Amino acid sequence: MMAKKVLHSLTLNGEEVEVASVAGATLLETLREDLRVLSSKRGCNQGVCGACTVLLDGKPVRACLTLTARCEGHAVQTMEGMNGDHVMATLQRHMVESGGVQCGFCTGGVLISARELLESDPSPSRETVKTALSGNICRCTGYRTIVDAVCGAAEELSQ
Amino acid sequence: MSLDQPEPTFVGGTVGKSVAKPDNLEKVQGRAEYIADLYRPGMLHGAILASPHPHARIRGYDLTEAMQAPGVVAIVTGDDVGEGRMGAFIKDEHAIAKGKVLYVGEPVAAVAARTEEEARHACRLIKVDYEELPPVLSPEDGLAEDAPILHEHLADYIKVFDAGSEGNLCSRTELSEGDVDAAWAECDVIVEDEYTTQAQAHVSMEPCGALADVDATGRVTLWSANQSVFRVQANVCESLGLPMSKLRSLTPRVGAGFGNKMEPHIQPITVALAMKAKRPVKLILTREEDFEMVRARHPYRVRMKTGAKSDGTLVARECEVLVDCGAFADDSPGVLGYSLLMCGGPYRIPNMKATGRLVYTNKLRFGAFRGFGNPQVLFAGEQQIDQIGEKLGLDPFAIRRKNMLGEGDQWFVGPRIGSNGLGQCLDAVERASRGPRADGARRNFGLSVTAHISGLLGTGAIVRMLEDGTISLNTGATDIGQGSDTVLAQICAEELKLPFDQVAVASPDTDGSPYNWGTTASRVTYTTGRAVKAAAKKVVDQAMDHAAEMLECDVEDLELREGGRIGRRGSNTDVTFAQISGRAHWAVGGPLVGSETLVFDEPTHDPKRAIALGLPFPRIGVFSFAALGVDVDVDDTSGQVTVHEAWSAADVGRAINPRLVEVQLHGGFVQGLGYSLYEEMVWDGARLANPSLMDYKVPTARDVPDAIHTFIIEDPDPTGPFGAKGAGEIGLNAAPGAIANAVANATGARHAQLPLTGERVLAGMLNSAKART
Repeated sequence: MMAKKVLHSLTLNGEEVEVASVAGATLLETLREDLRVLSSKRGCNQGVCGACTVLLDGKPVRACLTLTARCEGHAVQTMEGMNGDHVMATLQRHMVESGGVQCGFCTGGVLISARELLESDPSPSRETVKTALSGNICRCTGYRTIVDAVCGAAEELSQ
Repeated sequence: MSLDQPEPTFVGGTVGKSVAKPDNLEKVQGRAEYIADLYRPGMLHGAILASPHPHARIRGYDLTEAMQAPGVVAIVTGDDVGEGRMGAFIKDEHAIAKGKVLYVGEPVAAVAARTEEEARHACRLIKVDYEELPPVLSPEDGLAEDAPILHEHLADYIKVFDAGSEGNLCSRTELSEGDVDAAWAECDVIVEDEYTTQAQAHVSMEPCGALADVDATGRVTLWSANQSVFRVQANVCESLGLPMSKLRSLTPRVGAGFGNKMEPHIQPITVALAMKAKRPVKLILTREEDFEMVRARHPYRVRMKTGAKSDGTLVARECEVLVDCGAFADDSPGVLGYSLLMCGGPYRIPNMKATGRLVYTNKLRFGAFRGFGNPQVLFAGEQQIDQIGEKLGLDPFAIRRKNMLGEGDQWFVGPRIGSNGLGQCLDAVERASRGPRADGARRNFGLSVTAHISGLLGTGAIVRMLEDGTISLNTGATDIGQGSDTVLAQICAEELKLPFDQVAVASPDTDGSPYNWGTTASRVTYTTGRAVKAAAKKVVDQAMDHAAEMLECDVEDLELREGGRIGRRGSNTDVTFAQISGRAHWAVGGPLVGSETLVFDEPTHDPKRAIALGLPFPRIGVFSFAALGVDVDVDDTSGQVTVHEAWSAADVGRAINPRLVEVQLHGGFVQGLGYSLYEEMVWDGARLANPSLMDYKVPTARDVPDAIHTFIIEDPDPTGPFGAKGAGEIGLNAAPGAIANAVANATGARHAQLPLTGERVLAGMLNSAKART
């Protein structure tokens, strides 16, 4: 046992990092256990719930399904690295105000998926928002207030 | 600040305003710390070996190979825990399997190692010598004469009520009023059927977890995902034989609960590991383990019969339930008793009889889940109300209005009904919805009503005025994301006439917080809110005494002003909370502290009107009410049901924070929608066949109607804080009844089995088409 550790270099939230992770480690394990970057959550470890969503080269991926080796030389962004992102800040503010945040465990993943949507479609319909968020399970809100928040942010950003 | 209606009126202050929860900020920034995010110096990781058998005697363990595995520091088995047993109603559960295993997935050993991976690896090297026993896989089998017995020493277990336990019968409850047997003769119309409901998984997005540390004196500090730090403390101490003073229970942010985190999960095992390893141990369940090891909503069999006169007046109802308990009693006796108490619905039915049996089976424990036995009996009862209405030509609103309980009435068995806004709830839904289409249109409407209690058990609050006149509020109530910290701070701020942001809420801590039974049963706003308001009032009174001395006048001449000032009536002269608190801290009287502790003490049972046997909760009450209407579409070729629109109206007494009430109604409805249409835990023999989010479907954003209209009805309860009652469960309760009624209106077929899958609904449509030809 005690799988051998492998050294990986990647860009995390804009900084070059070197990290030793066990061979075959997922990005979620590397982030949480080796780097203590904790905003990405283990909700299912199976790619279904979306609570671990992060950006890999600017695109949302499931950290639990992404091997750390795959991130070698690539850029990973987590919620910790999104301070100062105008779209994210707007989304966050609308989520805080709309009631779209309850327990908060899914919230980071929801926001990262929503940001990706607004990058590609600045004025999405409610149906489009629901489709874009269908890979992020929320058990608390019933989604209504989350969709309100994303639509509200889109409207504000498009003005 | 409703999404669909103008903001409810309120008079000044914070109560009635949709204040955003302060914890939202750290949550959107990814900075909130849940149990898995906590680390301690020298911390080990735990993992659990689960039983592969549903029922087996443990003859012994061989830990040799596992102890030699890399990174392993300690292993705990049933041999490491004493004879202590825990349980809210019947103390039948060890910290970890001891002597026997009772379900597939039951923790049988646990390892603490340097990494989670090493701990899991070592678990696989543990050898357990089992003698397999025949399992009991259904309540019916459990009651058979020659059934294998799960708990051979059931008679010796500590029970907190007259459970009537025997063999595999965990508990039984019998409630009656009037004379049901004689009443059937008075009825012009009678409907009767037998209903079955499935097991539902809570699926809090955060799986259960715990982190325990032991100090130099042997005292334990325990953080865990929980709904009550006090129930965690009691359960760990009972099962491990620790004095309660030797364990401090704390909470990080909790990633939702829905009942799953109220009673113990793996906290006792984590503590046992930390005590043996003499190092901090963190144990976080995988999603699969969370499905298999913790608890779920009870499968029910409900036989129900309801009778009415030809004018629609309800005369009698009889309800008999058979409930799958799973391997341990947990909250099940309470769920059984509560479902019987609620089985008449919010109606005046003079003759009622409700009986139920709860039977141990070799499955994971079933326990508390939002609704607490209410959705199961409502699924039956609310369909029967519609059926009686159909037979008599009364629409669903009319028959419910004709029979609903009013203010001053007593609920079945005896609880007092305070405020009752059910009529207004029905009005709101009727006005906004389109109601049923008589032509059997595939898009059709269904209605259900419900009530739920919010007053029970012990709680407290400590309100301290800090030196600068701002406030620290400590209640011991765990906020599981629903926003109780915010609501309780609003109540406190309102009573003190302070801005909301001048009240800080302490995180629950059994060392410093007053007792709180838990965040469960829709009780925190009402029950804890009462304590908060009373404690804040005591601080106001103390501040008044100081102000009278400082302003050299009588207390009667003083008034509390907005923003932390006390002044003489009719003058501008006043003193600030900061001046008062400074004086109290440094010169006169001592720091201002208001403390309140209470236990809800209104009796459940009124012996003058009802007979009650095996009632597990002698003192509960205070009812919230709700009406739910849904429009569904049934697909002709697949039978698939889509909910297009929902109207949810709830009488919560007073909405302290209307937005948070609305989100409870949204979230409760969607969880109830999943329960009604597709969520189902399926067993393949003794093994749960779908313990993953890949195989167990919960609603996603695409599966829910965008149009969930909420209507907050405010009929203040005279005993509630600012009139408030509970809001946590009423949004879910009515979903299965409303959806089943809509499906019946759309297809002409009644359904007695949940969930209403496409396959079942299609079969119903084919049968009803056949019946017509």
